Amino acid sequence: MSEQGQNKDLELLTFRVADQEYSLDIMSVREIRGWTRTTPMPHAPDYMRGVINLRGTVLPVMDLARRLNLPSQETNERNVIIVVKLAGTLTGLLVDAVSDIVAITEDDLQPPPDISSDPQMSVVRSLTVIDDQMIRVLDLAAVVPVSSDEAA
Amino acid sequence: MSDQNDPMAEIRASFFIECEELMEALQDGLQELDDGSEDPETINVVFRAVHSIKGGAGAFGLEALVRFAHRYETVLDEVRNGSLHPDSEAMKLFFLAADHLSDLIRACRDETEINESTSDELLERLDALLGEEGGAEEIAPEEFEVQGLSLSLDLDLDLDTATGDDGGDEAESTALYTIRFKPEQELFATGNEPAMLLRNLCDLGEARVRCAFGDLPSLQDLAPETPYVEWIVELRTDAAEPEIRDIFEFVDGLCELEITGGTSPLPEPQAEAEAATEPALPEAAPPPPEPDPVATTDTGATILPMGPRDAAPEPAREGEGERKATPAAKSVVRVDLERIERLVNLVGELVINQAMLSQSLDEAGLSPHSDAMNGLEEFQRLTRDIQDSVMMIRAQPVKSLFQRMSRIVRESSAAVDKEVRLITEGEATEVDKTVIERLADPLTHMIRNAVDHGLEATERREEIGKSRAGTVTLTAAHRSGRVIIEVADDGAGINRKRVQEIAVTKGLIPADAQLSDGEIDNLLFLPGFSTAKQVSNLSGRGVGMDVVKTSIQSLGGRITINSEPGKGTTFSISLPLTLAVLDGMVVNVANETLVLPLNVVVETLSLGTDDVQMLRPGNYVVRWRGGFVPLYDLGVMLGYRSHRQTDPGSIVLLIVLEDGSRAALVIDGIQDQRQVVIKGLDDSFYRAPGIAAATILGDGQIALILDPADVISGMGHIRGTDLMLSERKIANE
Repeated sequence: MSEQGQNKDLELLTFRVADQEYSLDIMSVREIRGWTRTTPMPHAPDYMRGVINLRGTVLPVMDLARRLNLPSQETNERNVIIVVKLAGTLTGLLVDAVSDIVAITEDDLQPPPDISSDPQMSVVRSLTVIDDQMIRVLDLAAVVPVSSDEAA
Repeated sequence: MSDQNDPMAEIRASFFIECEELMEALQDGLQELDDGSEDPETINVVFRAVHSIKGGAGAFGLEALVRFAHRYETVLDEVRNGSLHPDSEAMKLFFLAADHLSDLIRACRDETEINESTSDELLERLDALLGEEGGAEEIAPEEFEVQGLSLSLDLDLDLDTATGDDGGDEAESTALYTIRFKPEQELFATGNEPAMLLRNLCDLGEARVRCAFGDLPSLQDLAPETPYVEWIVELRTDAAEPEIRDIFEFVDGLCELEITGGTSPLPEPQAEAEAATEPALPEAAPPPPEPDPVATTDTGATILPMGPRDAAPEPAREGEGERKATPAAKSVVRVDLERIERLVNLVGELVINQAMLSQSLDEAGLSPHSDAMNGLEEFQRLTRDIQDSVMMIRAQPVKSLFQRMSRIVRESSAAVDKEVRLITEGEATEVDKTVIERLADPLTHMIRNAVDHGLEATERREEIGKSRAGTVTLTAAHRSGRVIIEVADDGAGINRKRVQEIAVTKGLIPADAQLSDGEIDNLLFLPGFSTAKQVSNLSGRGVGMDVVKTSIQSLGGRITINSEPGKGTTFSISLPLTLAVLDGMVVNVANETLVLPLNVVVETLSLGTDDVQMLRPGNYVVRWRGGFVPLYDLGVMLGYRSHRQTDPGSIVLLIVLEDGSRAALVIDGIQDQRQVVIKGLDDSFYRAPGIAAATILGDGQIALILDPADVISGMGHIRGTDLMLSERKIANE
């Protein structure tokens, strides 16, 4: 996810969360799974949906809508879990639906306008426009909580 | 361990593993000596351990290690031959030297800086023990170094030159020895090389080496790893017999060795020959068997033993340590931990699979007496057996851990100038290897605490009529499916008043808090708590018991304090036997499936109409066999529902906590009782209090494994909640 290289090709996985288009660098995506029931963790932050069984390992799943302070939708069969890998750990992100995979170059990305008061913006790394639609590229490291600030 | 492909690195790595084993033997031996053992074998074991370390170190050119080990060994040798009787000061020094030796080994292994000044200081003190003749002997390491190092065939040349001019005309002042040397199989198995020994003999003077293979069987009867040959060396030298014996020092007991002669060219048997055996001379007598094609050259003699040697190297590297440390030990295989991990994981999968299978067979509605069900039962039994066996592979006695602790006691007691005796019990208790590894740090901390804070200063002890030396007891035992490790001191006990004061001044608890003794003791585990008035080198930096507690908890364990004023303090750690599998009770709470460790469940009851009594708003007790037990609703405690459900007919699990107290948990239903595979919850995300781990059920769903004691202590009664909150507050700051 280096930002230095000009004209570097980049593939984004775009998906819908609460009727908004978001995307992630496809290199951080491990797999996409259909919705399965999560086992809730007691006293967890509300964006923590719980844990699921990913082929024998326990995968924490986050409700991305709640994490981004968006109105959470009712979960249904069409929801999917995007499994991402960050710094060696796997996390599942619950999203409404996966839309597309798009190839762009770094030049197509624009930094988000500095709206510091909006906590949501801090997780958006950059913006891009595809088919006249604005797509937010998420900064995964800011989305997925790090152990130290979450462990009470 | 050995991630390089370099074969040397691999050998080196296994040398360091051996060193650990040798150090263990050394520590053991020293302890026995310190306890007053008179057994000559004990000092032999100690000596051999240092000696073998020196030998290996020489082979890898680890100068600093060799230098230290050599002189340490010299002193031990004096003890061995009885000319030095170590007093308690000397024993202390021996322990210090052993500690330093293990430091050196570690430094060599990690290629970090070596603390030469400590070496020098200790060596000086060791030499002082020897008195006058001690320190002079600096050259010896050189001699010996050659021995371990080379592996080669180039011996032929040496032999040729040595034997070539026959040595007949040498000065008459030199003596002629006849040395018969017959290696046994173990000699090769421990990586020794006869050619080296022979060459060293040649270095002493004029030697004539002859190989006798009268015992050599025909090719079809020949066992490739059995040595059949022996060497007869006629050595003309001005060296004395002990010098010759020194050469064979490393193979002592691994060969038949007979040295005869000394003054005249005619061999005259001397009474001393240690390993003399009857057929020796007659066999030595026949002239070199010229006609034998193999023996026509001098080199022939050296080629022969290569057979066994080539076959031997593998076992030699694998088994050397054990064999040296404990002769006639049971045979041991070293296995890469990763392979065991893999096996453990596979067995885990097997258990899950078996659970799935039995669930689907259940759902198929088969008769319990059908073949399939019988087969399933057998399958379950086998799975359990396999699992137990696999777990046993990972289990290790806590001894190595305890030995490390005895060092901590020595060092920390010296640092605070207290006399401390460490008593260890239950060293043979076996615990999962991972647990042992991860227990080292917390235990170190607790031991230091016990020495630094637990025990009174020596003068104070005398004042109040206690024995001068404080005692720290380290105990390990198996108790009801868990491992209990206790660190106890016979010091002053926890000064509860002071603890509470400190907690108040640090804002950990409200000033007017009314705390029970147990609750005060538990304040020690709060982050940022430290009672030591002065911050000493050892402990008292304010990070301490809370770190200990966290690391114990991350192992699925618990830690409790028991303190009696004036008598001492005991910290008990209770750990699960394995980190992989658990006998659990699968229960339903608010539509969620949870697993409780079976060993905490004493009884299940269903609530009657007037069983539940209110103690005060929010606190309920249940009547059970004439007593009252606090009642908790698991669903509420875990935040699954907001209202307590204690309707008559609810199911209640009666659990027993580590300290013997009981509690009743309201649940919605019991599903099953079965083995579950523990899947660690990744630390990288939210860690829920009271949740020990997770498991995968037969239907593929994840169920959380509860730690009931943690659940209850975390959110049981109101005061507890206060503590929790302040704990959180500190953690967040």
